[in-house]
Amino acid sequence: MTDKFKTPIGNISQIYGKCISLIGDDIDTDRIIPARFLKCIDFDSLGKSVFDDDRKTLEGNHPFDLEINKGASILIVNSNFGCGSSREHAPQALMRWGIKAIIGESFADIFYSNCIAIGIPCFTLPKASIKKIQKYLDNKILLLDIDIFKSTAKSKDMNFKLEIKETSKKMFLSGEWDATSILLENVELIENKLNDLPYIKFNCN
Amino acid sequence: MSQDTLFDKVWDLHKVANLPGGSDQIFIGLHLIHEVTSPQAFGALKDKNLKVKFPQRTKATVDHIVPTDNQSRPFKDNLAEQMINTLEKNCIEHNIQFFNIGSGKQGIVHVVAPELGLTQPGMTIACGDSHTSTHGAFGSIAFGIGTSQVRDVLASQTLAMNKLKVRQIWCENKLSNGIYAKDLVLHIINQLGVKAGVGYAYEFAGPAISALSMEERMTICNMSIEGGARCGYINPDETTFNYIKNKLWSPKNENWEKAVKWWESLKSSNSSIYDDVFKLDASKVEPTITWGITPGQSVGVNQKIPFLKEIHPNDQFIAGEAYEYMGFKPGQSIKDTPIDVCFIGSCTNGRISDLRVAAQVLKNHKVAKNIKAFVVPGSEKVAKEAIEEGLDKIFTKAGFQWREPGCSMCLAMNSDKLIGNQVSASSSNRNFKGRQGSPNGRTLLMSPAMVAAASITGKVCDVRDFINT
Repeated sequence: MTDKFKTPIGNISQIYGKCISLIGDDIDTDRIIPARFLKCIDFDSLGKSVFDDDRKTLEGNHPFDLEINKGASILIVNSNFGCGSSREHAPQALMRWGIKAIIGESFADIFYSNCIAIGIPCFTLPKASIKKIQKYLDNKILLLDIDIFKSTAKSKDMNFKLEIKETSKKMFLSGEWDATSILLENVELIENKLNDLPYIKFNCN
Repeated sequence: MSQDTLFDKVWDLHKVANLPGGSDQIFIGLHLIHEVTSPQAFGALKDKNLKVKFPQRTKATVDHIVPTDNQSRPFKDNLAEQMINTLEKNCIEHNIQFFNIGSGKQGIVHVVAPELGLTQPGMTIACGDSHTSTHGAFGSIAFGIGTSQVRDVLASQTLAMNKLKVRQIWCENKLSNGIYAKDLVLHIINQLGVKAGVGYAYEFAGPAISALSMEERMTICNMSIEGGARCGYINPDETTFNYIKNKLWSPKNENWEKAVKWWESLKSSNSSIYDDVFKLDASKVEPTITWGITPGQSVGVNQKIPFLKEIHPNDQFIAGEAYEYMGFKPGQSIKDTPIDVCFIGSCTNGRISDLRVAAQVLKNHKVAKNIKAFVVPGSEKVAKEAIEEGLDKIFTKAGFQWREPGCSMCLAMNSDKLIGNQVSASSSNRNFKGRQGSPNGRTLLMSPAMVAAASITGKVCDVRDFINT
């Protein structure tokens, strides 16, 4: 029995870890976690099933199976990563496998907001920089030190200025990414809004 | 920055506050839940010792995991039974109305809410499902969310969001005979690409859109997300109002007039400003079929699968993957591709008008030998109407299996799955690798009419050869 996975809490300002590269554009959430694994009422067991179909097809040669990538926590991807279904199971599966941050060319909208909502910062870099990292990772190990406040990623060989949405950055630094309590602070405004909306008045319920 | 579009008006109306981090707190007028993405959200409420803030603003149904052959309880699949059971318990505990199997109101969540009149112009609508964009067909701002956001809506009826940009997609002229909304939206996604919508809401407009029925408009908005746009919408008009009128939840009596007046006021106008405008000629759209592993990789039925050099450099990597996975050669015709399975259904094309069109094609024809063909109505209401019209008989007589409502083989969470590298002609929305339940199964997306035509010949063919004779 493995210990129960501990989800992140509070502010997130720094991530240090080993990078794992996954090459490909438009990698959808069905690939990240095939639908059959969505038959669950909690997220606990998803980590081992991440990329299940792709991994089986590659028979041990998928990046998530390679010995060299064991213990990696920073995922390097290409463009439109996480497109398709809104299933939060996808970032949950990545997180439970060990991913703590993602750096890519671009991310699909719903996947991105799911990552923010569960405490996985997603950064973007230009295509050329991603290519450079992915090439480096072909035969070397890359340990990156990510500073969210400065939006930088540093290693002994390479340094990058990362892009992150200003709102996301603030949310990680303040802990506000775990939004429920912040939203509930405005309970009075929420109740006023309900009473103000025209359609609440002309619909019976 | 967009100004004075329907999106701007509805967004601003629902804004509760500016959050400290800089995002907007948005009120969600209608929250829809189902069995797959809600259990963990209810679990999180329990962990945080929170209640559902406005239970009457959330409605539930069951769709993703339901078997479509035998729906008697308990389900044969223990995990599916556990999921429906969890939803039933959560709805009782939190006093949420649940449209369960046998209620006459169950079905795919994006089919059910419009047919009950729950979906209305000017609302913000959220659901833990990416195809929530469907509801934008009514002039609502509707988008998919993940489970943590489902938790937030349950707890506060609000979400922390960044406002989207707005791109108008202007569709000039009209669709030709034998060309359907599905062809148009596949064409749009092909033209713009699957990433172009990231950060945008899509406003579909122009004569070709105005001419569409509500159900066709839902097909268009449904697939906004396949073009990367989390939200897609169409300005409400007479077609919209006529559809909503007299539905179970629609405004009644003097409230109806008030509602229509307000809905009218929400429309984008000539003075609206968009972040981007994209124009296309709808009369040029052909019956469109996907050949690859993203909904953007499509061609007209008489076209050939593109060569790598014809594809934008940014899309060449995934095109290479697609040739290999699908077993297609560049330059090969899509026409005459042999089919193994025909699936009509899903939140994209599982409505009564979709079934009518497919049945019309199938009338007096038989499904080709060795083809497995099945039709899954989008809801109990769709099924009932279809049976009353005798459509079920047309389907079964042709050799289709007539099933119970659910999401079925769109995402294959129940027992409806492709086997091995079977090729399906599917009226659903995603042709991703492994999407229809087999890690090497292959999906060709097309309109329900085209699926019906393919079922007759056993291969990809032009539906116009059947309807124009």
